[in-house]
Amino acid sequence: MQYKIEVVDKPGIFDAVGQGVSKDIFDLGIASVKEVRFIQVYTLEGNLAGGQVLSICQELLTDKVAQDYKILSGQSNNYLKANQHIVEVAYNPGVMDPVEASVLKGIQDLGISSVDSVKTAKKYIIFGKLSPAQLKTISEKLLYNKLIQHVVSPSLVEGGTKHLPGYRFNLITIDLIRATDAKLSEISKKGQLFLNLNEMRQIRDYFRKIKRNPTDCELETIAQTWSEHCYHKTFRGNITYKESKATPALGNITIKNLLKSTIMKVTKELNKEWCVSVFKDNSGVIKFDKDNNICFKVETHNHPSALEPFGGANTGIGGVIRDSMGTGLGAKPILNSDIFCFAPPDLAFNKVPVGSLHPKRVMKGVVSGVRDYGNKMGIPTVNGAILFHEHFAGNPLVYCGTVGIIPKDKSFKQTNKGDLIVVVGGSTGRDGIHGATFSSGELTHESETVSSGAVQIGNPIEEKKVLDTILQARDQNLYTAITDCGAGGLSSAVGEMGAELGAKVYLDKVPLKYSGLSYMEIWISESQERMVISVPPKNIDQLIAVFANENVNAAVIGEFTGSRRLELYYQDNLVCDLAMQFLHEGIPQIAKKAVYIQSKHREPKITAKKNFTADLLKLLAHYDICSKEWVVRQYDHEVQGGSIIKPLVGLQNDGPSDASVTKPLFNSNKGIIISNGINFRFGFIDPYWMAASCIDEALRQIISVGGSLKEIAILDNFCWGNPDKPDRLGGLVRAAYGCYAAAKAYGVPFISGKDSFYNEFSVHGKSTPIPGTLLISAISVMEDVRKAVSMYAKEAGNLIYIVGNTRDELGGSHYYDLYQAVGNNVPKVYYEEAKKTFSALSKATEKGLVKAMHDCSDGGLAVALAEMAFSGGLGMEIFLAEAPYSSLDKRNDFLLFSESNSRFVVEVEKAKQKEFEKILKGNFFGLVGCLTKKPDFKIFGLDGKVCLDANINKLKESWREPLKW
Amino acid sequence: MPSTKVCVLRSAGTNCDQETAAAFSLAGARAELLHINSLVSGARTLDDFHILALPGGFSYGDDIASGKIFANELRFKLADALRKFIDEGKLIIGICNGFQILVKSGLLPGNKQWDQEASLIINDSAKFEARWVYLTGPAGRCVWTKGLEKIIYLPVAHGEGKFVTRDKDVLNRLKKNKQIVFQYCDAQGKISGYPDNPNGSLESIAGITDSTGRILGLMPHPERHIFSAQHPRNGNLKSKSGDGLWLCQEDGKPLPPGLQIFKNGVKYVKEKL
Repeated sequence: MQYKIEVVDKPGIFDAVGQGVSKDIFDLGIASVKEVRFIQVYTLEGNLAGGQVLSICQELLTDKVAQDYKILSGQSNNYLKANQHIVEVAYNPGVMDPVEASVLKGIQDLGISSVDSVKTAKKYIIFGKLSPAQLKTISEKLLYNKLIQHVVSPSLVEGGTKHLPGYRFNLITIDLIRATDAKLSEISKKGQLFLNLNEMRQIRDYFRKIKRNPTDCELETIAQTWSEHCYHKTFRGNITYKESKATPALGNITIKNLLKSTIMKVTKELNKEWCVSVFKDNSGVIKFDKDNNICFKVETHNHPSALEPFGGANTGIGGVIRDSMGTGLGAKPILNSDIFCFAPPDLAFNKVPVGSLHPKRVMKGVVSGVRDYGNKMGIPTVNGAILFHEHFAGNPLVYCGTVGIIPKDKSFKQTNKGDLIVVVGGSTGRDGIHGATFSSGELTHESETVSSGAVQIGNPIEEKKVLDTILQARDQNLYTAITDCGAGGLSSAVGEMGAELGAKVYLDKVPLKYSGLSYMEIWISESQERMVISVPPKNIDQLIAVFANENVNAAVIGEFTGSRRLELYYQDNLVCDLAMQFLHEGIPQIAKKAVYIQSKHREPKITAKKNFTADLLKLLAHYDICSKEWVVRQYDHEVQGGSIIKPLVGLQNDGPSDASVTKPLFNSNKGIIISNGINFRFGFIDPYWMAASCIDEALRQIISVGGSLKEIAILDNFCWGNPDKPDRLGGLVRAAYGCYAAAKAYGVPFISGKDSFYNEFSVHGKSTPIPGTLLISAISVMEDVRKAVSMYAKEAGNLIYIVGNTRDELGGSHYYDLYQAVGNNVPKVYYEEAKKTFSALSKATEKGLVKAMHDCSDGGLAVALAEMAFSGGLGMEIFLAEAPYSSLDKRNDFLLFSESNSRFVVEVEKAKQKEFEKILKGNFFGLVGCLTKKPDFKIFGLDGKVCLDANINKLKESWREPLKW
Repeated sequence: MPSTKVCVLRSAGTNCDQETAAAFSLAGARAELLHINSLVSGARTLDDFHILALPGGFSYGDDIASGKIFANELRFKLADALRKFIDEGKLIIGICNGFQILVKSGLLPGNKQWDQEASLIINDSAKFEARWVYLTGPAGRCVWTKGLEKIIYLPVAHGEGKFVTRDKDVLNRLKKNKQIVFQYCDAQGKISGYPDNPNGSLESIAGITDSTGRILGLMPHPERHIFSAQHPRNGNLKSKSGDGLWLCQEDGKPLPPGLQIFKNGVKYVKEKL
């Protein structure tokens, strides 16, 4: 028997969801809708007595103070009147509905055990005159995503929960040993393996040698292990690099392993004793205090977010949190960091590439996805950035990072022969099939149909349960190693953990969400919220009990054998038998070509002007620079109680913070500083200097909040186009060398990183790459959080200093972007000068001489000064002639808007002037003005005349307006 | 003097349990994290505790409605133990999701049948919001709020915090009985609109107590303001009065208001139980 129950707000209760949709419809350009009413729908299946249905409705599904319910049967919508439209959205079969388990639990708590399944749906009644085409637009653009949802026919109760067919074992082999080259390519393409011919040949030769054909499972396992996503072929392969006209010149070189030649080389050469575990585990680990270490990992989830923004970002953050849980013997996640790149949210609909979602929808979905997962996990999102460029329209970037804390003696893992393989957490379903290989190819306008299996949504409460119990099991020393099930699923997790020993897995023992999965699907499914642990047999009962106590699944699925083979069984049938050595070391060496030709960009024609107030207002409203409060407020940045320097600071808690400071322990004032540097615009000119600038930006933010260069570790995340195309790869090589130079000069080691390639979107064969984008994330330990400094102006009468030299470096600046130009003078980094400045400022903050400090980056000095002023609710009088600068042709706008690196705006009390200046001696700095009570922001130009004058509230409004949704 | 024992009750999705326990520890109590399963199974009992704390989070994912499933567990699985606990004169505090649980289980505003008379529903802004809010506490009967200054400053972080009552009678009763403990206000203590009132709550209600004054539920998070360094303007601490930071005093030393709330609970137990 099926019961369909609708729950709706009582008359007089404000329907916030309906109102929100109503507003979104208006934003789509459809003005005829008067009202939208939202209805939550539950469909129960089971044998229930009438009283039981009522009890479920009254006691569980309805908030009796605010809601009414209706039990439907048969034709349900005959109450529909003219100009009313119904759209009811339900999840597709096989897509996890996180609410289902909770409702079932709630029903059982009522003492009712005869409900077999629950499905939920969302129903919208739209009031207003709409054409069928408009209704379709509203549905598709706002209400559902066909990859995970469908519209339920409004006129009838749906014909039951669609049951999935069962599965009967049938071993599939692929005829590889007789395959021609053409056939090999076809097998790779058809199977979505994303393996090249060379690799396919290598696999064929292996099976020829052992005289049999591979099973589908074996081929999939190899494809996943060898995927760009898992193996990082580009960074580890051979590259022949040629360049012309670049400065500094790298010359024409052959690179054996780009990662080892640049990123990892710095770490090795710097050899810091506080680096605990680098490039080995699921995240990089550094020392925190005498008992604890901290770990940091940043991941990308670009392709899934392009197709299903909520689900993609949701599982992106879920995945990187599991990286932290899978580090050492399991770290406790203590903060998240999220950085996104989108196309401008006001992009004209006709400029959105075919097959892509509109950037505003992408952005809203991504933010919701991160909000949902991060908040529900109880991890504060304390740091982030959002940047915009049209070329992210088909392929947005979603970076998610997590920091964890882990006891020193739990920081390493060691799987032993005979340990049992236990999978913990969520059950396995048909979701996320082919994620690892899917992210190793370019997105196309057909991706949404071809690769829809790669899209999924997460269940953060499941992961929270896993986290709670894992930490208990860890502290009881019940297991020897742990890793997360991410891309590649069990295939990748077990494959990695058993790489040295070998593993035997019984796939029919893996808990499933529903029947019908083949052995191969079980093995490669990327269902979320699963961890794999290795458990000594003597601990197994105690371990299972720890999980069972809090309703978490834990199932023994096999053991680590010592055979150095990967052996998989399904109902006693051997379905995979591979040598670990071939799997992990058999991949043929890749050789790629890279070319870098220094391009020449147009310089903007800017006519001489006397007043730059309008330019500043425009810059403050630039999407890159404007307030991200709408986003930040949706993240809980206070949970866990450790947030000291928050993402929004100021008199009204709404100014843009530089780095974040977090105090992770209740009984210690030691803190963690997190920051990020990202600026793809500089990469248009030269990725080498983009990389150096990103590192400088991340470091100067740490300095801004009171940190020092003493113990900073950094992470690299490269998001690039197709590395098989020499021009894309050329830029990547330069960026990697830029990373090496800057990190080495500053003495900051890389401890972890990740690359995401094939970020291109092609429509009918014409491919647009994203701007090559590097994210540098930085982490540092702060001795005493009480010395942390925030960016907003504190008190009228205090002095304002500009520290650091401004040069004619407007290339890639936001000022030039106002003139649709890139220019050529990209900011460089003057390491010796900068290091000296950084350490002087650290000394000043350590001594408590600094009232406020703000990093100077996007939009230059003018923006940094304005942000400091309006965030503190104070005016400023600034004399540009006092600022340190060189080679600027005496142009006010250059001094105001150049984005030279290593610069700061600093507020100092008059009483501390002498002491501060003494510490700064020998550096570029200038006392440029002071804070005023009067809310006027006034800048006097090099000629002594006012060149910029505005009320701070006007500046702030301009800055707040663009993303005030 | 027996030490005050606090049960910080958690379930799937609870996530402010550790900082709530830390706040009670700092206030001088012994706090233990307990999973609701161990109470339901009978492995543990509420008799061992003086204070029951329902911390913030997303119990069972806020599925169906925030706090609903946890509230039903209290009503249908633990009712007897809870009635005994309350009848013995012990204390309960529900923060954020804990407040939602208390209201949806009918423990707040509270009547004999635990009939739900109020609710916390989706914010008028239709989204989750984290921000610091000023709260004013009309002089009331609640044991948790003794000695608090007129305006205090705490963070909120929720998507379903709009307080509504079943009807006007319930609201009038709340007023008459002085059960309204906290109202959102501006920095000067004046009741005002969004964003000072972050969710559109009726009468700007942020927290209420039951008729005994021993059960407190509130949307803001006192456990997130137990150190002065947590204050968003900690870099400018010599603030003027009125910004809710240095208003509470203990031994002449300033006391963050969140900590004061926990100390009140512990003090009550030490004196009365």
